[in-house]
Amino acid sequence: MNAIRTPTRRGILAGAALGGLTLGFRIPLPNEAIAQTAAAPTAPEVNAWVVVKPDDSVVIRIARSEMGQGTLTGLAQLVAEELECDWAKVTTEYPTPGQNLARGRVWGSMSTGGSRGIRESHEYVRKGGAAARMMLVQAAANAWSVPAGECRAAASVITHGPSGRTATFGSVAEAAGRLPVPTEVPLKDPADWKLAGKPVPRLDTAAKLNGSQVYGMDLTLPGMLNAAIHACPVFGGKVRSVDSAAAERMPGVRRVLRVGDYAVAVVADTWWRAKTALDAVTITWDEGDHARASSAGFAEVMKTALDAPQAAVGNRAGDAAAAIAGAARKVEAVYSYPHQNHACMEVMNATAVWTPERCEVWTPTQNGEAAHAAAAEAAGLPPARCEVHKIHLGGGFGRRGAVHDWVRQVVDIAKQMPGTPVKLIWSREEDMLQGRFHPVTMCKLTAGLDAQGNLTGLQMRIAGQSIVAGIFPQNIRDGRDPVVFQGLNAASNEADIGYGIPNLLIDHAMRNPHVPPGFWRGVNLNQNAIYLECFMDELAHAAGKDPLEFRRALMRNHPKHLAVLNAVAERAGWGTPAAPVNGQPVFRGLAQTHGFGSYVAACAEVSVSDAGALKIHRIVAATDPGYAVNPQQIAAQVEGSFVYGLSAALYGECTVKDGRIEQTNFDSYQVLRMDEMPKVETIVAPTGGFWGGVGEPTIAVAAPAVLNAIFAATGKRVRDLPLKNTSLRRT
Amino acid sequence: MAKLNVNGRVIEVAVEDDTPLLWVLREQLGLTGTKYGCGIAQCGACTVHVDGTATRACATPVSAFDDTQKIVTIEGLSPDSSHPIQQAWLALDVPQCGFCQSGMIMAAAALLAATPRPTEAQIREEVTNICRCGTYNRVIAGIQRAAGTGTAG
Repeated sequence: MNAIRTPTRRGILAGAALGGLTLGFRIPLPNEAIAQTAAAPTAPEVNAWVVVKPDDSVVIRIARSEMGQGTLTGLAQLVAEELECDWAKVTTEYPTPGQNLARGRVWGSMSTGGSRGIRESHEYVRKGGAAARMMLVQAAANAWSVPAGECRAAASVITHGPSGRTATFGSVAEAAGRLPVPTEVPLKDPADWKLAGKPVPRLDTAAKLNGSQVYGMDLTLPGMLNAAIHACPVFGGKVRSVDSAAAERMPGVRRVLRVGDYAVAVVADTWWRAKTALDAVTITWDEGDHARASSAGFAEVMKTALDAPQAAVGNRAGDAAAAIAGAARKVEAVYSYPHQNHACMEVMNATAVWTPERCEVWTPTQNGEAAHAAAAEAAGLPPARCEVHKIHLGGGFGRRGAVHDWVRQVVDIAKQMPGTPVKLIWSREEDMLQGRFHPVTMCKLTAGLDAQGNLTGLQMRIAGQSIVAGIFPQNIRDGRDPVVFQGLNAASNEADIGYGIPNLLIDHAMRNPHVPPGFWRGVNLNQNAIYLECFMDELAHAAGKDPLEFRRALMRNHPKHLAVLNAVAERAGWGTPAAPVNGQPVFRGLAQTHGFGSYVAACAEVSVSDAGALKIHRIVAATDPGYAVNPQQIAAQVEGSFVYGLSAALYGECTVKDGRIEQTNFDSYQVLRMDEMPKVETIVAPTGGFWGGVGEPTIAVAAPAVLNAIFAATGKRVRDLPLKNTSLRRT
Repeated sequence: MAKLNVNGRVIEVAVEDDTPLLWVLREQLGLTGTKYGCGIAQCGACTVHVDGTATRACATPVSAFDDTQKIVTIEGLSPDSSHPIQQAWLALDVPQCGFCQSGMIMAAAALLAATPRPTEAQIREEVTNICRCGTYNRVIAGIQRAAGTGTAG
């Protein structure tokens, strides 16, 4: 097994000058890794998911990627729950995509996106743990010549009830590994969980406190060189000519290379020298067809599409147009949501070594198998001759999942320098300009209210970009992108509208700009929840009704949506005045949605000064994920989701001018910092019977709850994000 | 050539004068706990201590230092992760992806060294590091716990 066990720097930089480093676990070096992949695993496994060593330490294999969301700990809890091992002896390791391929995908999907890490794999990972326990028990029973049914396992010890004999997991692991894998593997009722469902500490914290956690950027291999890259800032543009004479004379520089037809890289002994030399390369671009594209120009395209006759239907009931035409009152509003960059704290990076026989890549990725496929394609080698070693991610948020552009680049570079390991690190500027951006959309909402203020019909026309069209165009059927309707679907158990509206039409007029889209934490739920939840607030006010009561009247057949909404309303004290803060009155706003399988709601409390200064004081958030595997990590995800969601709501915007993104770093792309962070109170309310994700859903209620509270405070309806572009000053 | 005092040891490194301290730490000295996040002193992932003061290493050339200034990186904050900030971080599971946390911990430790019992407002004002996972509330609770001023945890 050459999997990487949340590697620490100790292994990689043995003998470094400072810091008291000692030799410990090592990341396999390229040649060694090649040898090991072909060899038998170094420790016998009980099954694909579980290795028990003679000293009783347990290695649980984790197929999904840890990027901060805690899935590594949560998945290990689920395996350990069924395994009945001593949690204190548990460590984890990543199987590699190459091993997964060679073993018929025994670990299933490695994709870590869509908040699917646990909800998609909980059953088979629990079965992996349970099967391993059954095999360990059987091995002990065989040794004692007793029926396995008389033996039970707890805390890594097997006990034969009648005789009281005991055996440790470690003492029978090798024998257990030779037994057939059981086919009938019953699982515990979650009500009987002892470890899963508990707020245990993360397994990966200690290494993040002293600098020893290795991220992709930190990797060092013997003889490794470093590369900096600059791709054409106009998407779709190409390199016309390169003058690298000055750069090639600079210290440490080994090569100036073209990467594909669209980028130039400098390879040097250190990254700083590579980056400095790249700045000295004069590149002339052929900017192609989009050299004059702009955000303003594309906004006009979307505006026209708001009324276009053709659109793909996402959700339809009754006759919305007729209901609105015949309504006592018609309400209409247009919202917009901009492009945004993921802005992971760790910029894109990867290390590769290529020979005509084999290619190996080390990279932080949300999907090892997709990285492996990208590497093989770029290497021009069959997948069986390639390997990807997953390194801990310094943030993912969707950027490191579906598209592995940086992996293709590093392999392209390494291919031009056979046998030499090369580490490619993007500059922050490159990361900002070459993102895979949150899609840009607009939405026109039209509703009819009857004389009593009841909602009789609603039309939602979404116009704009499709992520699926940009990344998986083969999944577009009849012009319809199924993902674009997240949170608005009729019934999918995934992302459903929470209101019973008798006459409803939600459709999408797809218009794609040249800016490449990406799955961005929360994906389309982000803007859809703003569109629907802010408009619901508008309708409540137009009807002269309380926003909570207005919603409740429409939610009678959506009890799970309603339950989380009620939970935040009750906790926040909806219906009673909020206490002023520093003399400023405080106002509340609500939002709820359903996404990634979970039901979520938020109540935000804000104040706005006469000068227009917004202060978000508190957010109460409720999540019903069905089952809660680690409640304290769910709380951490919810808190974190509001940082991401509020960064987007307040500041997040990538604009296009002359075909390229204008925001180049954290000075022009502001994000939320600690001084603006509200208190977050998290209600985790699992009701069982389904499995929802937790990394993303609550992001989507951050912005609408705050926007609705801003309306309560100011009477201003902000419909264009981000908020920084709108003055809240009292006039 | 630069002569530096890093984590209590004086060492000489052969680099161009305008090389940022960050990249000398990472590439010449192998101290990769200090991270590159932005290169323009915006995000704080590169925060180290220089004579006890939190300093952003990415935008400071190595020529600005000599061996009279004591540079401490995350690797040198404590020999065994026993600094009160590190202990509070462990107790509260502060990190998520963890990439920003070296800088966050160094900023927090410098704050406590200068202001042993900071108010919440001071914490929010002084620690300006960016975390995209969104650990801010646990960072605040962690600093309060280390300072003995918190109610959390």
